[in-house]
Amino acid sequence: MGEFAAQFLKEVELLAHRIIELNNISMKYGKQTVLNHIDLYINQNEFLTLLGPSGCGKTTTLRIIGGFEKPSTGDVLFDGTSILHTPPHKRPLNTVFQKYALFPHLDVAGNIAFGLKIKKASKDAIQKKVADMLRLVNLEGYEKRSPLSLSGGQQQRVAIARALANEPQVLLLDEPLGALDLQLRKEMQVELKNMQRELGITFVFVTHDQEEALTMSDTIAVMNEGNILQIGRPEDIYNEPKNAFVAKFIGESNILDGIMREDLLVEFGGAAFKCVDKGFAPNEGVDIVIRPEDVEIVPPDKGKIRGRVTQVVFKGVHYEMHVDAQGFLWKIHSTVAAPAGEDVGLTIEPYLIHVMKRDVAEATS
Amino acid sequence: MKKLFAYPYIVWMAIFIAAPLLLVFYYSVTATDALGNTYFTLANFRRFFSPFSPDMVQPFHERIFVVVALRSLRLALQSTLICFVLGYPVAYIMTRKEYSEKSVLLFMLLAPMWMNFLLRTYAWLTILERNGLINNLLGRLGLPMFDILYTDAAVLLGMVYNFLPFMILPIYTSLKKQDPKLVEAAQDLGAGQLGVFLRVVFPLSIPGVVSGITMVFMPAAATFIIPHLLGGRQYFLLGSLVEMQFLNIGDWHFGSAVAVIMMMMMVVSMVVLSFFDKGGENHGRGTVI
Repeated sequence: MGEFAAQFLKEVELLAHRIIELNNISMKYGKQTVLNHIDLYINQNEFLTLLGPSGCGKTTTLRIIGGFEKPSTGDVLFDGTSILHTPPHKRPLNTVFQKYALFPHLDVAGNIAFGLKIKKASKDAIQKKVADMLRLVNLEGYEKRSPLSLSGGQQQRVAIARALANEPQVLLLDEPLGALDLQLRKEMQVELKNMQRELGITFVFVTHDQEEALTMSDTIAVMNEGNILQIGRPEDIYNEPKNAFVAKFIGESNILDGIMREDLLVEFGGAAFKCVDKGFAPNEGVDIVIRPEDVEIVPPDKGKIRGRVTQVVFKGVHYEMHVDAQGFLWKIHSTVAAPAGEDVGLTIEPYLIHVMKRDVAEATS
Repeated sequence: MKKLFAYPYIVWMAIFIAAPLLLVFYYSVTATDALGNTYFTLANFRRFFSPFSPDMVQPFHERIFVVVALRSLRLALQSTLICFVLGYPVAYIMTRKEYSEKSVLLFMLLAPMWMNFLLRTYAWLTILERNGLINNLLGRLGLPMFDILYTDAAVLLGMVYNFLPFMILPIYTSLKKQDPKLVEAAQDLGAGQLGVFLRVVFPLSIPGVVSGITMVFMPAAATFIIPHLLGGRQYFLLGSLVEMQFLNIGDWHFGSAVAVIMMMMMVVSMVVLSFFDKGGENHGRGTVI
């Protein structure tokens, strides 16, 4: 049944307009490789997030798109033409910087008008645009304030307004919410997403926060050590992580060593399980990833694995339990708690067992 | 408890700064008559602005002290301007990576300051003299003599040479403190090299420029060694006038009055300067090392 859908999606992808393309981009500082031959394309109106731990190359990728770094190899295309040698001030995109980088010698209006003044826009046009932008980011009446007198969240909004005032086709955002507190961050996530939809602009967003990425993105590119490990919709990345690193980085997981006995049969945690994976060599060593919410707690005699509950923590929506089974500590989320110290059995549905090749370093793009 | 540590400095200030200042003010508004009685008077100030000076051997028919004051002011302004024009590019270049990492330029800038101020100025004497280094060289090449010693130009040269580091360092500090992300932000918003400089880098360095100007203008207006050595014994600036009144003539009252007038000039110029320093409060403010 999925064949038609897959074909359809492929067609749509071909139709979608690629606004930015990175071809074979590498970045080396001396002997250190920051980016390792990555390929990436970004569709028009897409909200794409580069997600990864610090030092994975996500910010470097963004800076290459912005023109602040020159890659060691590869080409950057904008709308089909190379912008590799175009300096940042001539690129049709704008950036929201990590710590906002607002001009302290200008007031809020002056900051927002900065790009328009360089373009020699008329006074009336500038005034109108500044007012529009302030309305967009909910900062009406702040024209004459110094950016230094604003809170982090307000500075953030000014930085966004300043970048959007230039009507860029692509907006680059470098961990823009990193300095905000949790409550504000969640608000801004929703606001940014709404803004992106309303304005119909392509957003390229960099973050190390997996929840942020899942909340906002149309597409997530998971990066580690200069490679793009997986690109896909948030749902796909969460449900079908390609390897143990992605699984570990996105959400919580139980990651175990397993042995693929035969097609559709895998052994781990001291028991054999039916699964939906095939195509591995007989008795091949694999990584098994199981989400904490996918493990079911049953009476000891009905489970494939037996263990003892060592810890129960109430998390609001669910309980987080640790179950010790032959030395492996299972992390389990469930709305029903088993008391600590009790013996329990664990079962897992075949389609919730994710079997992955051992080779974590394998890069896919 | 912490306050205790401030006391030595407060005592120091009281003895060596506040007390002498008060004394100078006291002397400037008093005079001593033939019997040794001291009385209040503004005659010292009147004398400064009056056309005739009985101290001098020949009678003068111009307001000689005002002329000296204006000459001081002019030279101080000129040397400040030259220091700014020469110093800003140097400070700007010093902040660039390839220089700031090796700090060769900074070293070259600071090295002469390890030498005594008097010695450094004397060195110029031997360079500029009629039979000095420059003229020797010119003579060998068969070129005409170069005679600038004991002129305005020589004094100006001495001032610029001695005070240039005081212009460069605060500007350098304020440029160095600027967030490089601001330059990127300006580029990102469409500013080319010149635009980035005029709209971001320079405005943010104004506090450094203001302290640089202050640091050059004040000593240039008050110096007496430089005009003495490079301008000749007859070359008078305000500083030389104060020195002469105190050390040669012994008229502490008039000397104090000149000193007070000089301070007033400084205060006025500081006030004028502070108008330019409003915008970038606490941003890139240059500190002097």
